[in-house]
Amino acid sequence: MNEFLNSIGYMSWILPALLAIPVVGAAIIWMTPTPRRRGIPPGTDEITAGIANGPRWIAFLVLLVEFVVSLGLWWAFDPAVAGWQALFDMPWIPTWGVRFTLGIDGIALMMILLTTGIMALSILGSWTGIRTRTHGYYSLMLILTTGMLGVFMALDLFLFYVMWEVMLVPMYFIIGIWGGERRLYASIKFFIYTMVGSLLMLVAIVYLGYQAGLLEGRPNFSYEAILAIPELSSRAAFWLFIAFFLAFAVKVPMFPFHTWLPDAHVEAPTAGSVILAAIMLKFGTYGFLRFALPFFPAVSLNPAVRTTIIVLAVIGVIYGSLVALVQPDIKKLVAYSSVAHLGMVMLGIFALTTESVQGALMVMIGHGLSTGALFLLVGIIYERRHTRLIEAYGGLAKVVPLFATVLTIVTLSSIGLPGTNGFVAEFLVLIGSFKTAPWATTIAAIGVILGAAYMLWAIQRLLYQKLDKPENASLTDLNKRELTLLVPILACILWLGVYPKPVLSRMEASSSKLVEQVESKAGRQNPILGVGGR
Amino acid sequence: MPLDLSKAAQLSLALTPDLLLFAGAMLLMLFAAWRADSAEHQRRVGIASLVLIVLTIVAVVMFARSGITAGPGVIAIDQYRWAADVIFLLAAAIAIATSLDYNAREGIWAGESHVLVLFATGGMMLMAAARDLMIVFLGIELMSIAVYVLAGLNRRSAKSAEGAIKYFLLGAFSTAFLLYGIALVYGATGTTNLVMIGERVVTSRLDNDALFLAGIALMLVGFGFKVAAAPFHMWTPDVYEGAPMPITGYMAAGVKAAAFAVLIRVWLEAFPTAYAKWHAAVWWLAAITMVVGNVVALQQKNLKRMLAYSSIAHTGFLLVALASGTAQASTAFLFYLLAYTLATMGAFTVLIVLSDRGDTRISLNDINGLWYARPGLAVALTIFMLALLGFPVFGGMGFLGKWYVLQAALQAPAPQTRLAIVLVVMTAVSAGYYLEVVRVMFMRQRPEGAATPPNPLGLTRFVIYATAILLIVFGIYPDPVARLATAGTHRAPGAPPAATRPTANTVAR
Repeated sequence: MNEFLNSIGYMSWILPALLAIPVVGAAIIWMTPTPRRRGIPPGTDEITAGIANGPRWIAFLVLLVEFVVSLGLWWAFDPAVAGWQALFDMPWIPTWGVRFTLGIDGIALMMILLTTGIMALSILGSWTGIRTRTHGYYSLMLILTTGMLGVFMALDLFLFYVMWEVMLVPMYFIIGIWGGERRLYASIKFFIYTMVGSLLMLVAIVYLGYQAGLLEGRPNFSYEAILAIPELSSRAAFWLFIAFFLAFAVKVPMFPFHTWLPDAHVEAPTAGSVILAAIMLKFGTYGFLRFALPFFPAVSLNPAVRTTIIVLAVIGVIYGSLVALVQPDIKKLVAYSSVAHLGMVMLGIFALTTESVQGALMVMIGHGLSTGALFLLVGIIYERRHTRLIEAYGGLAKVVPLFATVLTIVTLSSIGLPGTNGFVAEFLVLIGSFKTAPWATTIAAIGVILGAAYMLWAIQRLLYQKLDKPENASLTDLNKRELTLLVPILACILWLGVYPKPVLSRMEASSSKLVEQVESKAGRQNPILGVGGR
Repeated sequence: MPLDLSKAAQLSLALTPDLLLFAGAMLLMLFAAWRADSAEHQRRVGIASLVLIVLTIVAVVMFARSGITAGPGVIAIDQYRWAADVIFLLAAAIAIATSLDYNAREGIWAGESHVLVLFATGGMMLMAAARDLMIVFLGIELMSIAVYVLAGLNRRSAKSAEGAIKYFLLGAFSTAFLLYGIALVYGATGTTNLVMIGERVVTSRLDNDALFLAGIALMLVGFGFKVAAAPFHMWTPDVYEGAPMPITGYMAAGVKAAAFAVLIRVWLEAFPTAYAKWHAAVWWLAAITMVVGNVVALQQKNLKRMLAYSSIAHTGFLLVALASGTAQASTAFLFYLLAYTLATMGAFTVLIVLSDRGDTRISLNDINGLWYARPGLAVALTIFMLALLGFPVFGGMGFLGKWYVLQAALQAPAPQTRLAIVLVVMTAVSAGYYLEVVRVMFMRQRPEGAATPPNPLGLTRFVIYATAILLIVFGIYPDPVARLATAGTHRAPGAPPAATRPTANTVAR
């Protein structure tokens, strides 16, 4: 495989190609006749009218190609190298010292594969759910893909910021046009929250680029140059960290910046929720790993800052779980479970041991798979019954056994049962974090138990009680398309649960380099929250 | 060899593009009066005016590339002037091009309306060229008087008349402030030449001179009125609402730009050493303007009024660059100005198409579900709104303009960090009203029986396409514009040329 990839120069063009393919796909979609050009009145059900096939097939095939092409990275990536791979670099705005620099390490690699995989599946997930304005919908999905991949690849902070904002607009439209009843409120809230957070980051980026370019006399926004800024005054570093922190904390979302999440996740169409949960939430934690920690190690390891963040993370775990416990709406329940899971990721990142960081990365991947699948399943059942209230269901296991099986497996993965990816991930976080933050870890472990409680209670009420609602008796089970879309996710869940080594080994060099880098820059590590420390 | 501006012939050479425009405008005035007013004649005069503008742009570009420089005197010949001129002419061209159909619809048959735009533009060019407070004043009056008339162009509309009289009275009042300020500065320094004022401030140690500082303060008030900075912005919404739509766009882009161009030149050439004194005033002016413009714009339901407040907000953003007090403010200004002109004039052009006779039907409710009726217009307006919001890629140059202003603010010797934070917070507030426009167009249903706006044709259509495409293209590949803006960076006379400066070592020319 490697020889073949080398022979076509794969690593030299793959990253820009991954950015370009979806944009080309979006352009192709607009070349197919729109309903307007065919004289079909707006608001028509385009699936019944038979004109939705063009856009959805093009989008699916394009993203399938995208996924297959991106898979090559799995082999071409050298796990032993901790530095940047598949580098692509060209000048963009020389006058301002802005370059178009792309590159990946082990962390970005996994995120990119997760993105391309989930995107292809989420097209299948919206196959029958999106019935109007399909041209717009599927082209926005493609542009969204470019934006998201760009964030994971960007090694120039200007480019990073541009991509960060680019993914905002398609999602805003996806929620606002194809979302549920309160979509208008949810979409504007999503947009404003993210934008307020990221604009302060913009100020920080301009400032850092200027500092990095002081010697050359013009700004330099490249990642390595900013990493090499010799001395920031501790006051400046603190405020810059806060600016990055706000942008990422909103995106994660950390308690108390999470209030946009339930609205956006619940009101978004199924595929929108899947993408929000599986990929977009990872931008916050990815941002912490990639930018906030390495740029400002002294601030992020400062005991007060670190304790605050870990406390917020643990509050997120407990609070998310407790709120999820009492949700009558299944989609909201899954949304709040994200708050809890991402709290776990934040704990792992700020505990900052190689294990905890790797665990955090595994939670990110695992949460992407299991929560993505949960939203898909909720969408599937919603398309049939048009309600998301848990009390409207009951005893589904008898009517839709396949659906029940899949939902059970995904639930078990979500609560971290051994043999699924969730276990590996949460175990690593807890083990790793215990070294540096024992009390926080202990409380977070209680959160894991709460997680089991709300998920199991929910599927008990959905699947296993008496089949007492006559409407539920005639539900149809998963069809072929739905199976096609769920089976790959299930396979990954089990694979990562049983044999996570290939994934871990690809991320290991990068994550231990990160930990070392941060610690060596910050000097001696401070024990936090009481008893811990080395 | 630098031109000797004390000789009449060489002084006229330095003013060639301006004189070309004025001479052409006078001929066109005769041409306009030659036939009885009619829709066709109005159109003919408009087309001729466009040709004249193109010729003037050619002249400006030729001068910019000729490398002619000027000795000390009342007129500046530098890239800053030429860059600003091109943008004024662009704004004028868009205003005239979109007036052709608009005037026919509104029954404004006076061909002189186009000629007035030309005169106002001539005044602007004079302002950009001024290196003497008397020329500054001359330029401002030339521009203002033409614009007072333009604001009241629609004689049949009470709103237009109200706006025009308001603008005229307040404008005259503010001119008095400006003139009084000029007089005080002259009294303190004994000269009206910008460069010499700058020198005398140092040699006579005028930093704490009450007369001089009072002069600066009064001038700031005068300019504050012209650029519509809060708290001197009260006239803006009414005048913008009353004026014919193409003129509103022209005022929001061109008039503001010209006042800013001269404000920046005066402040950087005459008062740079008094930075410590005027910094606080400009700082607060910027902060208040941003807050007032953005917060009040949130309340607006009428799109024309909303754009008026948005233009106040953008004044605030530009003042942030000025508050840094460095030459980079002028670079940022030029870049921002182009982005802002394209976006604002594009947005007004879309409003022209959407509105009905008498500028009605431009409230937020009237564009509900516009996407279903006219998807092209909806997409174009979205691009303009996102550009004004300063959003990357989808808003094109708008984001880069903001980026530039932030750079100027943060990279100054005295970084304006707090002001930059006010700027980004207010940008987030502005998302509230810019996105509202996008939201109602795409996410609401078209009401039953709502009239479909006409399909834009001819020059109007061309303007919408061109502004939107330029915004996007330069938003993705901004380097040519960035290079021109860097070349146009304002340099005080005697400062080393750009090439020796590290910040500009990539400039091609």
